[in-house]
Amino acid sequence: MKKQILEFLKTILIFSFGKFKKFTLRFKKTKTMKDMMIVYYSEAKSARLTGKKVAWITSGGPVEPLLAMGIIPVYPENYGAMIGASKMGGGLCEKAEAMGYSSDLCSYARADIACATINGGPLQGLPKPDMLVCCNNICGTVLKWYEVQARYFNVPLFILDTPICHTEYTPEIAKYVRSQFDEYFAFLESACKRKFNYDRLNEVLLRSFQTQVLWQEILDTTTNKPSPMTAFDAFFHMALIVTLRGTPEVIDYYTALLATMKERVTRGIGAVPNEKYRLLWDNIPIWHRMKWLSQKFASQSACLVADTYTSAWCGTLKYVSGDNPIDSLAEVYTRIYLNIGVDEMAKMIIAMIDKYDVDGLVLHSNRSCKPYSFGQLDIQRIVEQERGIPCLMIEADMADERSFSESQISTRIDAFMEIIKEREETSKK
Amino acid sequence: MEKITEFKNIITDSYAYCRKYKEETGKKIVGYTCSYTPEEIIYAAGALPFRLFGTNEGIHLADANLQSYCCSLVRGILEEGLSGRLDFLDGAVFPHTCDSFQRLSDIWRINVAHKFHLDIVLPVKLNTASARQYMIDILEKFKKDLEHALSVKITDAMLSDTIKTYNQIRALMRKLYAIRAQRTEIISGRDFHSIIKAAMIMDRPLFLKTLGEVIAQIEKAPGGEIKSDAKRIVLAGSICSHPDIYDIIENAGGVVVWDDLCTGSRYFDGVLDEKASPLAAIAQRYLDRPICPAKHAGLTDRGENIVRIVRESKADGIVFLLLKFCDPHAFDYPYIKEMLDKENIPCMLLDMEEQLPAAGQLQTRFETFIQIL
Ligand code: SF4
Ligand code: SF4
Ligand code: SF4
Repeated sequence: MKKQILEFLKTILIFSFGKFKKFTLRFKKTKTMKDMMIVYYSEAKSARLTGKKVAWITSGGPVEPLLAMGIIPVYPENYGAMIGASKMGGGLCEKAEAMGYSSDLCSYARADIACATINGGPLQGLPKPDMLVCCNNICGTVLKWYEVQARYFNVPLFILDTPICHTEYTPEIAKYVRSQFDEYFAFLESACKRKFNYDRLNEVLLRSFQTQVLWQEILDTTTNKPSPMTAFDAFFHMALIVTLRGTPEVIDYYTALLATMKERVTRGIGAVPNEKYRLLWDNIPIWHRMKWLSQKFASQSACLVADTYTSAWCGTLKYVSGDNPIDSLAEVYTRIYLNIGVDEMAKMIIAMIDKYDVDGLVLHSNRSCKPYSFGQLDIQRIVEQERGIPCLMIEADMADERSFSESQISTRIDAFMEIIKEREETSKK
Repeated sequence: MEKITEFKNIITDSYAYCRKYKEETGKKIVGYTCSYTPEEIIYAAGALPFRLFGTNEGIHLADANLQSYCCSLVRGILEEGLSGRLDFLDGAVFPHTCDSFQRLSDIWRINVAHKFHLDIVLPVKLNTASARQYMIDILEKFKKDLEHALSVKITDAMLSDTIKTYNQIRALMRKLYAIRAQRTEIISGRDFHSIIKAAMIMDRPLFLKTLGEVIAQIEKAPGGEIKSDAKRIVLAGSICSHPDIYDIIENAGGVVVWDDLCTGSRYFDGVLDEKASPLAAIAQRYLDRPICPAKHAGLTDRGENIVRIVRESKADGIVFLLLKFCDPHAFDYPYIKEMLDKENIPCMLLDMEEQLPAAGQLQTRFETFIQIL
């Protein structure tokens, strides 16, 4: 009983802290990322108090219907990134392994599964879900992971099944996914015991698409030389497009960020001092070595100007058709970067190489993420054939820091940069 | 039993069998990767469906396309494709299940040239009305794609005939399973495994005929009852193409009485409704059949099914085979283990790499497990 009271007081504290933050923040020009994340997580953690519902959702899943219903979305994968960045991944993964989960499984999943059973991890864990929404457009892992959590929390699970488009988006897929959106809305109606709000959904969707346009513009400022930001900055700023797209605050945030970047461009300020080489990053960041990697590349005057990861949250804008945004949803959510064939991924990477004018490609072969990593060897070969730029593949894990070999990877990056420099010099001659 | 030798010969060199088959019949051969392939449609199109098992030895070509943290089934299949040893295939079919198979299809399309390459992007859910409809829609699409690839017309009559053949094969296989669960001595584990494998490779009507003869022989032959002290084992987990396991378990004092493998009972489970429209019948069987963990049909279906199998086959324990880097099965293992524990069913986990551990070592492990049963 005493424990429960304490828990309750703690929640009130967190909640009022969030409200207070929100209040004081109004006086600032724009909120910082940290402020926004604090408000977001404290609101989510006090949902029980405010009578709001919490849904756990996969990073590629359609969040807009949740916002339209006033449900707070929580992203275990975003949390996984936090776990990775705070180097808690190894410990949590070990715990999952003790629970019987193989060490070869995705480290986000392992860390989250372990974290749910303890009051640990960053922010003392995620708020418990009232429902789970799993969209398999990123991988099959999320299906298994959400099944585990649905059994553990004993809450309803909705699966949005988005068949992979190896070579085409077929009418069969379009019909199937479209009908599941109706099932999704019905699922939310029964979870909230009220009618689905289609008008709100349209509003949220418009804002969401607007945010995606903004995000793409921000990423595109890196076509400038020198680039005003690096992919490491994008990895940081992406948290909002993942978690809170569709909310007005995020539009403010990105509008301000875009202005800053544009100003840097006008004033010729580069993110990396003396930017000489421009690189493209493939796969999820190595969260536990962000700082180290960013310094490593910067020390060689190399700027990671773009990546295939952060652009995934605006890559399907081309499928939005104006008249009925709800009908675009099926295509927008099915044809995302990871849900297409390897050859098409290679094409997109080549387009990025040209667009951002890069000198080399760095591929993170990520033991955790099979759908993102299998095929990379072919992508590498295709890029080498078609564009003749050097490629470097480093094997690591995005959130499990245990097997990362800093010295070995450091040597390989040095060797890779050497090749790039040599190429540069011969081309000058 | 000389009839079983026929099966054994075929699976010892299945590639030679295929080449000869092609020469003699002029038929096309279509490779497929997983038990979610609607073989019936391939067979109805006049081609021979040939299940790809890959290789467990000397994988090196595949290293150029697949990282080391990919399961050996996928790596082994790719190895065979890249080596050119599968040049007798006219095409290959890739049903969508796990992430590794998903990317195998892409890598195959880019690197292995056969006359055609078809994806069947199955639903991942098998328990909703829209998924059922989608399943029928893509079977329809697959049929059209295949007609185009093989330049044939597949009629409903052809499909109905095939469905009858498959129903007969599956019924006989279930019969064989049932006999062997009682009279395990009548046919060794290794031979049993050969029959199962041959079912996915051989000319199907010929397989049906030969299997019928084998069963007739067995039914006439007396004895073979399970030894009273032998422990009854159920095999579950990832695909198993290691015939040695059966022998090693038998040498250790156990006997495999049933399984939950897609290269086993799951391949034969389920009857196709001969009165329904053919594609709907094929779709329905996938929805009804015990699922593979790469699919979803509820939160505990698979565990419950495994418990049921153990009860029905009166097994003493279960050996769970886990292929290294196989995500779907690795995610399921902890909850299934928990369910088995609750039911007091002893369970042994066997992690499998590309190759099995040395036979002696493995036998000791099985012996230790069997002793506690
Ligand atoms: S397997 Fe890859 S896409 Fe899936 S949850 Fe893990 S990191 Fe994300
Ligand atoms: S385990 Fe599942 S996905 Fe793998 S081959 Fe068998 S049925 Fe297919
Ligand atoms: S289900 Fe497992 S064993 Fe089968 S292909 Fe996928 S990863 Fe490999």
